Amino acid sequence: MMSFSEIETTAKRASKAAGFSWGIAEEIGKSTRSLELFGLPGIINLNHYLKKIKKKHPTKIIKIEKENKTEGKELCPIYSGITFLDRCLELEKLKSLKFYNVSYPLLMLPFISRASEVMSKKILIQYNNSSFLLNFDKSIFSKNIDKQAQPQANIVDIEFIENKNSFSKQDWKELYKLSEETFVEESDSLKATAAGAGLTDND
Amino acid sequence: MSKLNIKLRDPNEVMKLSRLGSFHQSKLSFLRSFIREFKDWEYKRNIFELDKDGYGVAVYSFEKNKRNYSLICFAQYINPNERSDRVIATKWDAAFVLHDGMPTRKDINRLKENVPKQEIGRMSYKELTLSRANKSVRIFDHVVNSLSSGNQPDKNLLSKVGYLYRTTAVYGSGKFGLADRFRIKNRKEIYGPFRLEMMLVYLVRQFTFDQVNHIAKFKNPDKAIKLDENIARNLGIGNSTGLGMAPFIVNHPTLLHKWIYNREKALKDIRSIETVNSDEFIFFKNCLAKSRSIIDTWLTDSQYQNKKINSLKSDLIEFDKFIEKDCLIKTKYLWNTIYLWVEKNLKEECIEYIVSMMMEPYDKIIDPLIGNMSSEEELYFSIPGHRKISVLKTILEKKYQPIIKINFKEKNSTSNFWFISKNKEEPRVANRYEEHGAELEQPLAIARDIKRLYERILKTNQSETVADFLLNNDDLRHVVRRAFIADQFPYSEIQDNTIGASLMPIDMLRLKLSFFGAVKFDPKSDKWLRINMYQGAPLSHELKNSDDTWIYNSLN
Repeated sequence: MMSFSEIETTAKRASKAAGFSWGIAEEIGKSTRSLELFGLPGIINLNHYLKKIKKKHPTKIIKIEKENKTEGKELCPIYSGITFLDRCLELEKLKSLKFYNVSYPLLMLPFISRASEVMSKKILIQYNNSSFLLNFDKSIFSKNIDKQAQPQANIVDIEFIENKNSFSKQDWKELYKLSEETFVEESDSLKATAAGAGLTDND
Repeated sequence: MSKLNIKLRDPNEVMKLSRLGSFHQSKLSFLRSFIREFKDWEYKRNIFELDKDGYGVAVYSFEKNKRNYSLICFAQYINPNERSDRVIATKWDAAFVLHDGMPTRKDINRLKENVPKQEIGRMSYKELTLSRANKSVRIFDHVVNSLSSGNQPDKNLLSKVGYLYRTTAVYGSGKFGLADRFRIKNRKEIYGPFRLEMMLVYLVRQFTFDQVNHIAKFKNPDKAIKLDENIARNLGIGNSTGLGMAPFIVNHPTLLHKWIYNREKALKDIRSIETVNSDEFIFFKNCLAKSRSIIDTWLTDSQYQNKKINSLKSDLIEFDKFIEKDCLIKTKYLWNTIYLWVEKNLKEECIEYIVSMMMEPYDKIIDPLIGNMSSEEELYFSIPGHRKISVLKTILEKKYQPIIKINFKEKNSTSNFWFISKNKEEPRVANRYEEHGAELEQPLAIARDIKRLYERILKTNQSETVADFLLNNDDLRHVVRRAFIADQFPYSEIQDNTIGASLMPIDMLRLKLSFFGAVKFDPKSDKWLRINMYQGAPLSHELKNSDDTWIYNSLN
């Protein structure tokens, strides 16, 4: 088995050889490692994508808006992902975004995952019947993962998830009540002797 | 709190290559901290299955609280024509792997097929570090012949080399399928950097002693004697080191910062001691006196190194005079007085020697720093795209002062380029204007690229964000990242030109090797050198009662 260190180094070098700058190649190395660590098919997708663009380098995305498309061309998942990451704090207000006609969309994922950490917000990505919940770059919860390379997605939907709890008030109340059973009922004597501060604060 | 308010030394001075290339081993060095950490572990020789010529398999281990690390050694015959210390070699006298736990026979058989092949073999996540070594044939044969005839070897001959075997590479951190660092990084006993590499080398040293004794015994069972322990203790393990180490210190900026920062913090804390007690001062003077044997037996044919050794020797004479005449124990902030005198009167080689020596009496200052010499590099990888270009400009002006003064329009400033060789995937450096391949240059010309970045942002709207700037300047993304790292970690960058005509790559190697704890740097060119590790170190059965100043006990 290849170590993650080998995966990162080889992905970085291959990306440079395919025409990306060293700084971008460093990002791709880290991202591919991250995909493989999360059990996602990073190497397969990167290999296919780099072969595809080696002769004709993709166009950079200049600006990220609510809806992103380039006429007649596929969007590069690397440039889209990196531009998203670099600008994530200003994108938050959009609440959701769409990217149209994206090549090898899985390769965008690690950048959005890192953005989730920078923004302290969970992010949901959906394309081609797959969905991924990105949790602050700590984990990726996914449904319908294709273990093979997916060359294209018509629409990649990205949604910022507001920071809110996943449980009801009632569930919380019940659990909290149970937790109270670890507390000691305070007698007058305990009130007087067990706390650090005085009985009055007027002295 | 010091009333003098002594500050850390200026990174713009400390991080110059000539200064970094004058660093020496110290109490912070990894092989010394390895011995401190593992001295109370249970050492064992578990398997020793060598034939009469010393070829076969051996296993050594350290164990404590159910944790076990095992070195598996494979020794083989090689034709003398095949013996080479260069990284392009394909066969070695012995190959080694450090295994996580006690290996089964199945593991040993698997590794037997792979470890001797080194770079073209495959390890698994159960293996931690990998290495190979060649005999110093002259010394090895002499020792075997002497022991088998019932005599101890000639100490004078041994002192000229100082080891039986030389390692030519020690690999770790995920190379060739080895375990990734994240799998083991939370183990407290290996918090210090390169601790498992240090363990491997220590156990290899023990193997070399056992192997010579074994061969001598088979050669002449009636007369053979064992290598005298005092002689063995004064033998270390040699190492031939090439350019592979140089990119490491450029590619791991936060780690480099941690190493240098802790050294600088130690110096600052020591200089801040108001009252030095006489025991501490005597301890310092004793270590300094004993360490002279390392300098006196430091032999090299390198003109570059001999000049440095001679300057060290003559400066130490001046230092002795100063210590005897002008250093009274009653002087407040005595260490600071000493340091200021040293910095003013001596050259870099000796300044850094004294800095290392000043640490010797102070376990209480050094010990807490040891566990802080690793780095979580991933945490600092992301570029803050929302920051303004004006902020980046200020960082460059503050953190890269010497670099932005370099004129890269001069040909001499860009003479060299770093590349990775195809046959062994090893770093190399060559003349840009005479050799082919510069178009495949590695991103190690940090000074040149920082200067490019600076020139480009001078022409950029200062209120633009870094994200905006990167849209049109992604060729400089790697140095934008570094600048934001340097802003947080002042000792993360070499403040020098790593592609200039006057570059001495061995300065970069020496920096790293000094942190390893190597001594007797012996440059064979400006691109590779030999060193010695563990000379004077306690033998395996002496570890428990060993003392941290063992490095000064070497007689060779």
